[in-house]
Amino acid sequence: MSTVTNTQKKAPAGERVADWADGRLGIYTLAKANMRKIFPDHWSFMLGEICLYSFLIIILTGVYLTMFFHPSMNEVEYAGPYVPLQGQLMSEAFNSTMHISFEVRGGLLIRQIHHWAALIFLAGMFVHMMRVFFTGAFRKPREINWLFGFLLFFLGMFTGFTGYSLPDDLLSGTGVRFMQGAILSVPIVGTYLSMFLFGGEFPGGDFVARFYSAHVLLLPGIMLGLVVAHLILVFVHKHTHFAGPGRTNDNVVGMPLLPVYMAKAGGFFFLVFGVIAVIAAIASINPIWAIGPYRPDQVSTGAQPDWYMGFAEGLIRVMPGWEINLWGHTLVLGVMIPLAIFPAVLAVIAVYPFIESWITGDKREHHIAQRPRNAPTRTAFGVAWITAYMVMLVGGGNDLWATHFHLSINSITWFVRIFFFVGPVIAFIVTKRICLGLQRRDKDKVLHGRESGIIKRLPHGEFVEVHEPLSQGELYKLTAHEQYEPAALPPAVDENGVERKIGAMEKLRVKLNKGYYGDDNQVAKPTLEEYKEIQSGHGHH
Amino acid sequence: MKKLSARRRHPLAAVVVLLLALAATGGLYAAFAPAGTAKADETAQSLAIEEGKKLYSVGCASCHGTGGQGTSDGPSLVGVGSAAVDFQVGTGRMPAQQPGAQVPKKKVIYTQAEIDQLAAYVASLGAGAITPTEGQYNPAGADAAKGGELFRTNCAQCHNFTGEGGALTYGKYAPSLEGVSPKHLYEAMQTGPQNMPSFPDTTMPEQEKKDIIAYVQAVNGEKADNPGGLSLGGLGPVSEGLFAWVFGLGALIAVAIWVAAHTAKAKKS
Repeated sequence: MSTVTNTQKKAPAGERVADWADGRLGIYTLAKANMRKIFPDHWSFMLGEICLYSFLIIILTGVYLTMFFHPSMNEVEYAGPYVPLQGQLMSEAFNSTMHISFEVRGGLLIRQIHHWAALIFLAGMFVHMMRVFFTGAFRKPREINWLFGFLLFFLGMFTGFTGYSLPDDLLSGTGVRFMQGAILSVPIVGTYLSMFLFGGEFPGGDFVARFYSAHVLLLPGIMLGLVVAHLILVFVHKHTHFAGPGRTNDNVVGMPLLPVYMAKAGGFFFLVFGVIAVIAAIASINPIWAIGPYRPDQVSTGAQPDWYMGFAEGLIRVMPGWEINLWGHTLVLGVMIPLAIFPAVLAVIAVYPFIESWITGDKREHHIAQRPRNAPTRTAFGVAWITAYMVMLVGGGNDLWATHFHLSINSITWFVRIFFFVGPVIAFIVTKRICLGLQRRDKDKVLHGRESGIIKRLPHGEFVEVHEPLSQGELYKLTAHEQYEPAALPPAVDENGVERKIGAMEKLRVKLNKGYYGDDNQVAKPTLEEYKEIQSGHGHH
Repeated sequence: MKKLSARRRHPLAAVVVLLLALAATGGLYAAFAPAGTAKADETAQSLAIEEGKKLYSVGCASCHGTGGQGTSDGPSLVGVGSAAVDFQVGTGRMPAQQPGAQVPKKKVIYTQAEIDQLAAYVASLGAGAITPTEGQYNPAGADAAKGGELFRTNCAQCHNFTGEGGALTYGKYAPSLEGVSPKHLYEAMQTGPQNMPSFPDTTMPEQEKKDIIAYVQAVNGEKADNPGGLSLGGLGPVSEGLFAWVFGLGALIAVAIWVAAHTAKAKKS
């Protein structure tokens, strides 16, 4: 702490302000501990930043929109400038969204930034989640942060859905009706839940106001808290990095937060804002004036939700319309089963870190991001999951696939029904083979070097390609991954000859473990002896 | 002649003579019989029917039958009316080629005058919807907002919010309404071509049809404006989602790669 006396020259203004703030907030110690925080450089580590910045953009533009939006379902007659709707009856919600789009200065641009940013936010979270998944960055100590991230994605889906519903247009109204149908299919309580949510029969006069408070207050509030928690945990755990010379499990190699990352991240925020603003300025999204106000007696073809809910749409579209009638009650399996599969598919990916650590029995801390090929079973599982997800997205847009590729919608539906089950199996097998092939290639590169493209003719006439040995750093990168031993069941009888009790779960675990680390499921790393033997032979054998 | 007489005892000679005789009889009948009725009323209308019939025999009869009675390859045209012909031939749907789930719109091969003649002939087979006049279908002064409401109630289920088209079962589809002329829109509503239900004046009066045409022109016509920018096909969230992934996230990842590639250099002391 500096003590300023009259004889001393006054400290510069910046220093005095900092000093004042430090004396009250203790920012100096906080900054000292975190300013030099190191972040590794890799483009895929910036996917999370895309999500964070688009989230901020959504909040900023959302605040602007709330100033003009009226979350009310009172019926009014449209008298605005858009001629093809003049004189039509609509809710105040729709009317005010029309007002934002055509009369508020910058309103349409802000609306479009808000909506495009939402689609990009969800897409960014999806890709970010897959990056973390395929590099094994969810492993201890980051499992909780993985769950926070998953929750952000899950809540983002519903925040997006409630936002999409607010303008009360014909498209989103159909989506809300879809959701109400799903709620109604829940046995016993479905009807009560629906009545409770909509304050009576659908659509009633309440849901816009209710969705509004969920969309602007409840869900984003929780999400903001989760974002902060997510970032705090990133700071606490430090960032993972890929193995390389000097990059180990015990350090982080990169650039400090201040000044390098502050500048980079700050600049990146404006780049993200810029890209989204450009997209919003050139491409229309949710043109409610063309869609028209919601009326329960109207519907349009091509009514889909935003992409992140397309998976649920697909489940409903391809599910056969089964139902069971018992004692005057109907069990609508055609809707109930998709409603159950929807969270189940998402839950599978959410709990995967815990399943993997149970199967592998690996409870150590990991700070090295794996290369996907070095975890073939996990990579194959991830690709299988994405395949199931994408097949359902195709199902959700089956009508557009039909019209744009001149196919029969029925054939597409059958394709989706079959490939929802078969596709992931094929994807699993193929991905695993590719991963193992890539591992073999790495091994080959380590042992024989890089193909140089130079063809040499030997004295006896044989042509050979000259292989250049890899640098020490590259050799390290290709051999840094760990070699795991498959788990094995202990002997059936212990040393005293007493039969050992082995639970069914343990047997299952060992079996699954062999699927991860068994002979056919990983390629043995080249050993030092192999390497030396081949290198001493000077090339070819 | 010698050649011919030499073969008069050929076993197939009788068959050849029989065929010649049949052809002669048939030909003579065809030449004389219809001529008698046509001569009875020689107006412009009957001339059009006459010309239409000729065109019909060449372009249509193989599927719809020589008298429009229909065959296993095409439905009967008795009672479809001139409006149906004007629509089907005027949009190039007829004559059809390559039978599939649905007959698509294609290049129009007849002139409007020929189409009118064909329509006159088909109309003469039985009473049906009559080709509308300009006054019936011209949307000038019609209420587009009211038309929008009617469109969303009656048309959007298949043709999408703004008439971009949509899928039906087994490869059938509701076509896009982009670039369809007001007359053809009117006729389609009136006659219900292919899988479309028909909306005769008894269920949808002329004024309502005009309102719908005005709406389609306002949102999907040449002068329709897209205040939000590119309409992305007007297909809703599927194309928007694809755009967000490819151009939104794609651009951002490209930017991320660029930023990551330009890192600060370590200071050399």
